[in-house]
Amino acid sequence: MLRITGGKVYDPAHGIDGVVQDICIADGKIVADVGAGRTLDATGMIIFPGGVDIHTHVAGAALNFARGLTPENQRAAAPFLHTKDLRMGLGGPTPTTFATGYLYAGMGYTTVMEAAVPVLSAKHTHEELRDTPIVDKACLVLMANNEIVLDLLEAGETERAKQVVAWLIWAAKVYGVKAVNPGGVAAWKWGKDAKQMVSPIAGYSTLTPAKIIGGLAAIIDDLGLPHPIHLHCNNLGAPGNVSTTLDSIKALEGRRAHLAHLQFHAYGGDDWHTMRSEAVQLASYFNTQKHLTADAGAILFGNAVTITADGPWQHLLYQLTGRKWGNIDVENETGCGIVPYTYKGSNLVNAVQWAVGLELLLLIDDPWRIFLTTDHPNGACFWRYPEIIHLLMNAEYRRECIQKLPPKALKRITLPDLTREYSLYEIAIITSAGPARAMSMPQKGHLGVGADADLTIYNQNPDGAMMFRYPRYVIKGGEIVVEEGDLRKSIEGREFVVKPAFEPQIEDYLRPLFQQCYTMSFENYPVELERVHGLQMADCLPRG
Amino acid sequence: MITLTLKQQPVVPLEAENLSPDVLAPLTHDAIRALPVYHGKHQCRLDEFFDVDGEASDQLTVRGDCTKVKWLGRAMTRGKLTVQGHAGMHLGAFMKGGVIEVQGNASDWVGAEMSGGLIRVSGNAGGQVGAAYRGSMSGMKEGTILIGGSAGLEVGMRMKRGTIVIGGPVRDFAGLQMKGGTLFLLQGAELRTGAWMIRGTIVSMKPLNLLPTFLPACTYRPSFLRLYTRFLRSLECPLPVGMHGGSYQRFTGDASVPGKGEVLVWQA
Repeated sequence: MLRITGGKVYDPAHGIDGVVQDICIADGKIVADVGAGRTLDATGMIIFPGGVDIHTHVAGAALNFARGLTPENQRAAAPFLHTKDLRMGLGGPTPTTFATGYLYAGMGYTTVMEAAVPVLSAKHTHEELRDTPIVDKACLVLMANNEIVLDLLEAGETERAKQVVAWLIWAAKVYGVKAVNPGGVAAWKWGKDAKQMVSPIAGYSTLTPAKIIGGLAAIIDDLGLPHPIHLHCNNLGAPGNVSTTLDSIKALEGRRAHLAHLQFHAYGGDDWHTMRSEAVQLASYFNTQKHLTADAGAILFGNAVTITADGPWQHLLYQLTGRKWGNIDVENETGCGIVPYTYKGSNLVNAVQWAVGLELLLLIDDPWRIFLTTDHPNGACFWRYPEIIHLLMNAEYRRECIQKLPPKALKRITLPDLTREYSLYEIAIITSAGPARAMSMPQKGHLGVGADADLTIYNQNPDGAMMFRYPRYVIKGGEIVVEEGDLRKSIEGREFVVKPAFEPQIEDYLRPLFQQCYTMSFENYPVELERVHGLQMADCLPRG
Repeated sequence: MITLTLKQQPVVPLEAENLSPDVLAPLTHDAIRALPVYHGKHQCRLDEFFDVDGEASDQLTVRGDCTKVKWLGRAMTRGKLTVQGHAGMHLGAFMKGGVIEVQGNASDWVGAEMSGGLIRVSGNAGGQVGAAYRGSMSGMKEGTILIGGSAGLEVGMRMKRGTIVIGGPVRDFAGLQMKGGTLFLLQGAELRTGAWMIRGTIVSMKPLNLLPTFLPACTYRPSFLRLYTRFLRSLECPLPVGMHGGSYQRFTGDASVPGKGEVLVWQA
């Protein structure tokens, strides 16, 4: 039992904006009052609900491939030494499992969503997530290039496709569905990409990316998954791709969706020499589409490792950089590409990308619909979020940074004209309350009675980067894990899983396809429930 | 001058990242004796393996067969390190300045990823001289490495600038993925010299068995070699007579990357 007194509370879910009030914790939950027990004096400090990262890549085969592909980053990474309570590990652009948990918790984040899990390697992902301590986790399964699902969508067998999707979600033991470059990764297996929303995909006669998006969004709503379709649009990273992004939104036909790493999808221009920001166009359209949420996918200058299921894009990026390239073919489900990348402030394209991420965060007027991410580790490492918060909260500092950009870049961006500054209340929305609501996690992202006792206490500091980088206390599930700025203890996190309804007979349809197409036997394919550690079931609410 | 004398051979390699003039110069003898070294996974005091003599200085001499002592002169920026005997792996890795002289042999990774300074090894060296560590974008970025004897695999791998001179025979993959700089092979090299090279110059005083992706361009007398040989002679590097004036056959490659590197083979 714990009572926190004197802190200024920011709890946007309940409209509480910097009000000094007590918070009481018992049995890992926030309660109305506690009798005896420890009291934590937070006078002069700021209390936030624990951070929620709606889109990150922290575990699984692709991330492990990236760790192996970049020994130069591991050598330079900050080491975590073995202690009585903590396991050893390495930080850097792709931190090791235990270090990932420590770094997230050390920054005040308590819930993360691993955004790209193929069913085939889901076992590996869950094993790594078990070794990612402190934070609670949820996964999204990759579906928009699964050839069984695509075949059914092409044949118009919507009902059976729904059954298969539901079965696959439960087989992978995940929380929702991610659609990466719909159709493009399947086309990549023919050496092609899918850049036009209404052109048939290589290997199919009538199926288009638009039909995949519309079909999956409808299935997800029918199943009532708590999180809507998590969409990584086609044509990522390419100049002029804003038209594809707008077409993708239209393909949703008004259904709810979460648009991932929007920064990578908001470019104008015809080629790399003319690339410019189209954040104004995209943000003003997005502002009118109330059924959508998005995360920023901002970039910061420095070393990164790009990891995505978007195989064709990664091949292009490899050709642009001339650096290393890893490609994984995940049988009938998806693909994956890995390319280390350095974002440079002196590079015109990178400068535009840096500005677009901030522009979207500043131009989208409803903070409940745009969330802070860097698409870790693609745009920057997650442990650099405080740098972005500082940029959002301080227009003067932003101006100083803009002055360092190449002069040519200034004509291609609108960031210099934006004077908006985020308040602490708004930061609490984009880092915690908003993503928790978009993930439909009623126990996360707020400090009301009944919520999980995940909260972060900061020393007030005008320098947002310093303040958010080093929380004074982090409390996860009622346990104080960070105290006086030091990681004091490690606890196990939980994992959120949904079980959408499906008819068991669907296995009779899937089994022969497996024997025909997969290297793995059907019986070995689903993840056993025992492999999910700290299992926490979430409910589905089918929408009519 | 500070003198360290090896008094006991380590059983497994000793990781002695501290043995550089930068670290030792400001320290008292007692502080030097207490410096940590890693014997396998065990942390030990330096004086378990070395006797310490002499006066505080940035001139450091290490005596004895240090074949099993790794990281001598790591990241040093000034002064001089003399090894009277053999040196172990990673000699002068990440070095930024100063001079290293080894009177015996050195092992692999001499001057790996160095960015300045001079390394002179009288005997033989192992592989990966001036190379990039696994995964790194580039190897040595500046500085000079002079090896009197032979060298192993992947000499100058991914080097970006600077000069390497190998007096004896060199094994496979010399100048692998080279990005710049100059590599002199006074006794030639074995197979696949310059494979994947993007830029840079390899000068061989012996005929080479080049990859088919290297195309002969011309035979000429490169004027820059006059300057280069003058520079190397000023470092007392023994060079073949007439090297600066002879004619060279020029090959360009590696066309498989494709790269703009050059290989110059002395026609005597």
